[in-house]
Amino acid sequence: MKSLEELKALKEKAKAELSIRDKEYLAKIEIAMSTCGITAGAREVLNSVLEELKVRNLTNVQISQTGCPGLCFHEPLLTIIKPNQVRFVYGKVTPERVKKIISSHVINDQPVKEWLINLE
Amino acid sequence: MDLYRSHILVCAGTGCTSSASMEVRDNLKKEISRLKLDKEVMVVETGCFGFCNLGPIMVVYPEGTFYCQVKPEDAKEIVEEHLLKGRIVSRLLYSEPESEIKVSDFDKIEFFNHQKRIALRNCGVINPEKIEEYIAHDGYFALAKVLNEMTREEVIDVIKKSGLRGRGGGGFPTGLKWEFAYKTPGTVKYVVCNADEGDPGAFMDRSVLEGDPHSIIEAMAIAGYAIGAEQGYIYVRAEYPIAVNRLEIAIAQARELGLLGKNILGKDFNFDLDIRLGAGAFVCGEETALLTSIEGHRGEPRPRPPFPAVEGLWRKPTLLNNVETYANIPAIILNGADWFSSIGTEKSKGTKVFALAGKINNTGLIEVPMGTSLRTIIYDIGGGIPNGKKFKAAQTGGPSGGCIPAHLIDTEIDYDNLIALGSMMGSGGLIVMDETDCMVDIAKFFLEFTQEESCGKCPPCRIGTKRMLEILEKITQGKGVPEDIDNLETLARTIKNASLCGLGQTAPNPVLSTLKYFRDEYEAHINDKKCPAGVCQALLTFYVIAEKCKGCGICARVCPVAAISGKPKEPYVIDSEKCIKCGACIEKCKFGAIVKM
Repeated sequence: MKSLEELKALKEKAKAELSIRDKEYLAKIEIAMSTCGITAGAREVLNSVLEELKVRNLTNVQISQTGCPGLCFHEPLLTIIKPNQVRFVYGKVTPERVKKIISSHVINDQPVKEWLINLE
Repeated sequence: MDLYRSHILVCAGTGCTSSASMEVRDNLKKEISRLKLDKEVMVVETGCFGFCNLGPIMVVYPEGTFYCQVKPEDAKEIVEEHLLKGRIVSRLLYSEPESEIKVSDFDKIEFFNHQKRIALRNCGVINPEKIEEYIAHDGYFALAKVLNEMTREEVIDVIKKSGLRGRGGGGFPTGLKWEFAYKTPGTVKYVVCNADEGDPGAFMDRSVLEGDPHSIIEAMAIAGYAIGAEQGYIYVRAEYPIAVNRLEIAIAQARELGLLGKNILGKDFNFDLDIRLGAGAFVCGEETALLTSIEGHRGEPRPRPPFPAVEGLWRKPTLLNNVETYANIPAIILNGADWFSSIGTEKSKGTKVFALAGKINNTGLIEVPMGTSLRTIIYDIGGGIPNGKKFKAAQTGGPSGGCIPAHLIDTEIDYDNLIALGSMMGSGGLIVMDETDCMVDIAKFFLEFTQEESCGKCPPCRIGTKRMLEILEKITQGKGVPEDIDNLETLARTIKNASLCGLGQTAPNPVLSTLKYFRDEYEAHINDKKCPAGVCQALLTFYVIAEKCKGCGICARVCPVAAISGKPKEPYVIDSEKCIKCGACIEKCKFGAIVKM
């Protein structure tokens, strides 16, 4: 390493990988992962979320798991929480749907209305 | 590195490691791979969080959940419940001592609330064995800043204006020291880091080296640039194997990235570092003894002047600072002198790390702004005194310091206030004592230490501390005479004035300050042959309270010298001539009928 620019580049790269420990985030994604959720495919959904975030280089999205909210018939469930917004819950999520949810909701702030289960 | 949905930070400092945190880590990794979560969850080893009495400690991100006293067998539950099912394992959460409320978010724990972390900014936050994590937290940007934007004079000026003073104990203004080393002419100069932390109970330097070794490397390179040195040495005690190991890793990584070596960051500046191991002598923490030891000689001090900044290592101008002092440097360069000097008191700027030990609920490592009161440290951060006992005194500065009695608990702690009270900051050990501690015994403990560690070069320290210790032993054995107090004071003054180095000059402090605030305890030992706190065995008498004794006879059976006699169902009696005061009877008595006074 021979310049400040190289140091800066290394910092940005390393910072992205550690962003999970920050308090600020673009969005939080919660995936219901009780027995019912896992059986319905929540783990595949989770993996596809991780994959999609990696492909799109979205490092400031936090992922966490939750228990069963009781909506077992809608599993797998995925919730998107943006700062200062209400929770958006998606039902019957599949790895294919994850891609669209991330591109349209997480990035462009346009919830995919037809898959939401908590809006009239 | 890949993206993970969760990072588990496990403390890998000496404290938690000795309570099996590495087994916890191994079990976590095993469980994570058993449940095939390897690609989702990363286990990270990190430095000390400071909350050592609750170790092993871990934090799970992104939630920031703080688990404490985690045992290796808890790993399965944490992985299955928290990582697989997303349910916090509440039995492993921290609960506040007063309210017993469980707290999961580690930012909200009272212990961390009153702290301001500058020197410890990265401890428990980053993986100390990954230079990338240090860089992600602005690491090496202070070095880049001085090399790209600042002249040597400007660097020294910032350190001077910041008001930073030496954290090793003396409190000498760091910027002035840098200026002396800079102004002394010479083509070869050295930068040295004193990591020979020897005060009993103090471990902040170890924690910085273990949790954030790159901050020391960066600061020493900055110092090298400022004074014109190309070589540095870190003198670290061999009893700190984890610290030495992490330093070695960190130096190798910094060399690999070109942050140590020739033409650092493409500039006309060369700097490299080597480690020297101390062999266990306390006196080698004294600066001239330390330098003599690096040169390969027996670690003994020499008279000053000449000061090391003028004539140090191999008679070349040498800048010597302590670990905690260096740890502040990158933060000061990046945030500016005004930022640093806005923290603290008028003459003591910034923060100070204290190692809390003794009779206190939360033992561990804390960093607070200078001027924080002893009350805040002991009651708000330290969680108060265990078992409802009364606070008696706090010992600061280890064997070189003195004690602060209970009526001065609202003293704002800074260099000058402590000196005024007859104590000193020292390296920041803070030992809390309650009503069951005997102050004569405490003074004796510290003097035993300094007497043992005296290098023997100068007579006042070698002979004087021995004579003082003999008098203290006599007093605690009930053989003291009234002149002893005067003799102690005369000896103490002579040793302070005539000793060659800081070890001897400060060794009498624990005796002088306990004499100042607890003279009545000395007098009770000498005149009444009593130890008011009930510590000095020779001055205690064991006896049976007849009204409470049920005559069960268990005391007579456990007494190893057959000093207790009596008839069943009648009160027993202890023969004080035969009694060896071992305390076995008190432990066994179910009725609390045996007391010592």
